[in-house]
Amino acid sequence: MKNNTPLVKRFRQSQLFWPLIALSLLLIVDAIFAPNFFKIGIVQGHLYGNLIDVVNNAAPLMLVAIGMTLVIATAGVDLSVGAVIAISAAMGTVLINPALGNELITNDILAANATNTPLWLVVVANLAAGTLCGVWNGFLVSRGKIQPMVATLILMVAGRGIAQLITNGQIMTVYYKPYWWFGNGFILGLPVSMYIVAIVFVLAWLLIRKTSIGLFIEIVGTNSRAAYYSGISEKNVKLIAYTFCGFCSAVAGLILSSYIHGCDANNIGLLYELDAILAVVIGGTLMSGGRFSLLASVIGALIIWTFTITMYTFGVPANALLAGRAVLVLIVILLYSDYSRRLINRLIERKGQTHGATN
Amino acid sequence: MVQRIKTFISGNAPLLTTIVIFIIVYIIGGQLYPSMQKPQVFFNLFINNASLLIISIGLTTVILTKGIDLSVAGVIAMISAASAALLKAGWSAGVVIPLMLLIGIAFGFIMGCIIHYLKVEPFIVTLMGLFFARGMAYIITLSSLTITNDTYRYLALTKLHIPFFKSAYLYIPSLIGPILLLVTFYLLKYTRFGRTVYAIGNNEQSACLMGLPVARTKIIVYSYGGLCSAIGGIVFSISLLSGYGGYAPGMELDAIASVVIGGTLLSGGVGNVIGTLFGVLINGTIVSILQFNGTLSSWWTRIGVGLLTLIFIGIQSLFYMRKKHS
Amino acid sequence: MVENNQEIIKMEKIYKSFPGVQALENVDFCLKQGEIHALVGENGAGKSTLIKVMTGVERHDSGHIFFEGEEITIRSPQHAQIVGISTVYQEVNLCDYLTVAENLLLGREPHNHFGIDWKAMNERAKHILADLGIHIDVTRPLGYFSTAIQQITAIARALEITSAKVLILDEPTSSLDIHETEQIFRVMKKLKNDGVGIIFITHFIDQIYEISDQITILRNGKLVGSYETNNLPRLSLISKMIGRNLSDYDDMKATKLETAKNIDKEPFFVANSLGLQDAITPFDLTLHAGEVVGFAGLLGSGRTEIARLLFGIDQPDQGTVTFDHTKIKEFSPIASIERGVGLCPEDRKREGIAGDLTIRENIILAIQARMGWFKYISLQKQYELANHYIKLLNISTPSPDQPVKNLSGGNQQKVILARWLATNPRLLILDEPTRGIDVGAKAEIQKLVLLLAEEGKSIIFISSELEEVLRTSHRIVVLRDKKKIIEFTEEVSEQKIMQSIAGGD
Repeated sequence: MKNNTPLVKRFRQSQLFWPLIALSLLLIVDAIFAPNFFKIGIVQGHLYGNLIDVVNNAAPLMLVAIGMTLVIATAGVDLSVGAVIAISAAMGTVLINPALGNELITNDILAANATNTPLWLVVVANLAAGTLCGVWNGFLVSRGKIQPMVATLILMVAGRGIAQLITNGQIMTVYYKPYWWFGNGFILGLPVSMYIVAIVFVLAWLLIRKTSIGLFIEIVGTNSRAAYYSGISEKNVKLIAYTFCGFCSAVAGLILSSYIHGCDANNIGLLYELDAILAVVIGGTLMSGGRFSLLASVIGALIIWTFTITMYTFGVPANALLAGRAVLVLIVILLYSDYSRRLINRLIERKGQTHGATN
Repeated sequence: MVQRIKTFISGNAPLLTTIVIFIIVYIIGGQLYPSMQKPQVFFNLFINNASLLIISIGLTTVILTKGIDLSVAGVIAMISAASAALLKAGWSAGVVIPLMLLIGIAFGFIMGCIIHYLKVEPFIVTLMGLFFARGMAYIITLSSLTITNDTYRYLALTKLHIPFFKSAYLYIPSLIGPILLLVTFYLLKYTRFGRTVYAIGNNEQSACLMGLPVARTKIIVYSYGGLCSAIGGIVFSISLLSGYGGYAPGMELDAIASVVIGGTLLSGGVGNVIGTLFGVLINGTIVSILQFNGTLSSWWTRIGVGLLTLIFIGIQSLFYMRKKHS
Repeated sequence: MVENNQEIIKMEKIYKSFPGVQALENVDFCLKQGEIHALVGENGAGKSTLIKVMTGVERHDSGHIFFEGEEITIRSPQHAQIVGISTVYQEVNLCDYLTVAENLLLGREPHNHFGIDWKAMNERAKHILADLGIHIDVTRPLGYFSTAIQQITAIARALEITSAKVLILDEPTSSLDIHETEQIFRVMKKLKNDGVGIIFITHFIDQIYEISDQITILRNGKLVGSYETNNLPRLSLISKMIGRNLSDYDDMKATKLETAKNIDKEPFFVANSLGLQDAITPFDLTLHAGEVVGFAGLLGSGRTEIARLLFGIDQPDQGTVTFDHTKIKEFSPIASIERGVGLCPEDRKREGIAGDLTIRENIILAIQARMGWFKYISLQKQYELANHYIKLLNISTPSPDQPVKNLSGGNQQKVILARWLATNPRLLILDEPTRGIDVGAKAEIQKLVLLLAEEGKSIIFISSELEEVLRTSHRIVVLRDKKKIIEFTEEVSEQKIMQSIAGGD
């Protein structure tokens, strides 16, 4: 045991260890069975290929997972992220609709590559709508003292109704090309969504590492009474976590609606709450709160999408993919259960010991 | 006597609140739309929400153990698709129905085992169940399959006339929910299994130390939830006479909302299936009111149910906060 | 009357080791029918390991266990229950929302042809409790009742469901007041007469002498000896337990007198008829810099309530507080910390430490909270602080990055103290800082209290142990029935304080 270099041991105990192992296993499977998976080509100055697809598709989930991590770390959960995605996407796409403010609505106007609302305002409204949802959740949980699962359930139930209310029940289609950029554009050959994720990630990282919020979140998640008794405003900590989660969902809504050039309030961001929780759990943050790692959750989101794209390349039909996802969850469960962890840990340790003995 | 009534009221306050809310909502509906006063409208609640009632009953027992079952609507879709496919292949209903029930039980059983023995959050495991069930349904059929089986048609189309109410009727499948309700009520109140369910929801470790069969009970509860979902799926496919993987989208949310409105605490240990019945009825009444209105769009249902959930949760937390203080 | 000499359980030459620790070494133990047997020792002496071996939670490495004369191996807690060994823990392991009757009888509930016979069950539960001298409405949820009633229900369950012959009571009285303790004792005496062997684990020396027949003392995993209670004077019990001379404490008296000279004449904190309905009757209190004020009184006498009020966890509904001649308007922990007040709460685990986080993070918690969200203390500074206090308070840990839950109770308490010391408080409220920690750590903490007073801090010291209060406090406030009774500024005898605690004329 002592012969283990501290670095190896630290890495093994770090939260990143298991997610990275899982991701590499997936990639190894790809490397063996679908070598094309790693092919990256250049078309019109953009990189393309499965790996780029993974990143581009996973971007909204990575964003939601970042927000969800903070919420789960406070020993909460946000079930409304999918609905919030719908609300913010609905907000953006409705505002962008060039028919808005026109008395006479014709097909030409509707399908025109134009808008009456400046793009920045659309983005701000989009983000504001989602953030406001986060504030609502945060208030219910912190001030209303309602169990997080129940409090966010309310918006989960009502959210898509609200989104439909915003779009007046229409499926919105966006013809205004600049809006497509967020989900489909490229900067220096890489998808725009990647940069957005990077920005939000850095923002979150600064928030938790350069201020005391990260520590406070962990304390609140571990023992909220102790936090209160130590003079930490546990209410505000929770409020911030849920608000930030709402913000992240809003950004995800922006990217998703841009990616599909529109918004169907009933389907956009469907099951995202579950995928996001799954990503966080894969990342090794406990549902009971406390210690968390943003990077691990982001890797968790990547795992989910690597798996999905892998299934596509294997020719699994999209509809059957849900069952494939179930298999993924099952694998995660098996890998993460205490029982198998203990088993694997013991194996590694034994190996380390025999290794040490021969030294 | 007054003392006893007082104890009864304070002991059953959440349930009574739910019932009162239901009556109020229904009366408001009747005032706004006089045609809602017809008895048939009331019975329609049972016809239209037959599957919702059935899965909510199963979900209630699961939630009482501090668990959750997100797979309920997925199982409905899977069962409807599977039974439609088998019936189309010429199997008889007498074989298909028991088989579907077995599948439901097995499904719940496996989830229960994973939850208990691998100690994984029920949330995650039943999420897997949801994915799996919907995925299987789509693997079975990508489009809606019509059911032409005679037994199914008979069950779907036979009207049962209600005594004392002229021209009011129910269908046979709409009776299954209420029967299941009584069975579940009995199980929860008058058997050791039922009381163990409550004990586990209260404090699983205590239940274990009290020597109660925690593992068995938890697994049975999830199996029972699976059974209820399967029955719900059969009822669903009978009422639509078809099967498809996209059926009952998001119904797990309606079911959870109904259970919560019915006064069952999501934190487990407190609640009642009778309350769940009224939760489902409230949900159905709101839908009916919107239908009678005609001008209000369908999304108001979701917003309405959400608001009601909020209100009810507010009442609950007030009630339990006060109780804790006293 | 059962013949009371039969041995029920006998353990011989028990050895048990955990990685790095010899938890039990050659320990013998014997419990007879109808005997109340006190098992005592410091924390880490091996009491709980012995109990775990006896109840099948852990398997001993070597040695023999005899039950009613026959050698047995106890495989699991369930097996122990079947054999007839039941344990009732301090934290009652029953279900709050279920009725008392269910909690008592679930698992062996009466049935009729229909199912559970609720009427018969309630009747029987009522009967069983009435036998133990408890008359309550058994159809109410267990959570409605006091901890004592809950514990008695647990005891009754152990006897009824598993027909226990050996009953292990693990610190049953540690959160009970005197009346509740008496209730438990009455039940214990009754069971003793019925021939049940009772193992009684407690920190309260008085209670050992009040109720036990036999005392077995463990120290560092070894058996010190087993004595008849009547033949073992208190002083020798204590010296056998801690294996150290009480002279450690003797020099404290001098220190205390020394520090008394430095007390400020002028109070900085004045509470005027401060009170809260149902929690504490309005009281006056002044605090001076450099002074230790001890709160003596029983549990539920209002000690903790005052602490919560002064720290702002509960808001007073009458009276005023002036702090440095300014009237306080806002009562909340955050505002209190702003003023330089700290509280080490009574329930260390639930209100004090954040177990999964490291010592460092736990220590910087309050000071970081005071500095706000955006002035994050640099990691280097955090380690400096943590290492400083680990050394100052003698916290035994390999590194400041250890999770706090891995520490012993005494060290956890020191971490919480360090958390407050880091904020350099003017008033420190210590609510039972020595509860559940070993005697050595207790002495350290008591000395520390005087040291802090010498530095000019004002300290409120709350403890169940009167001796401790006497030893550390310059002034003693006595509380009874949620009311401040009297304040002793002069040296007083234990006897006198006890009299005012007990009340009467």
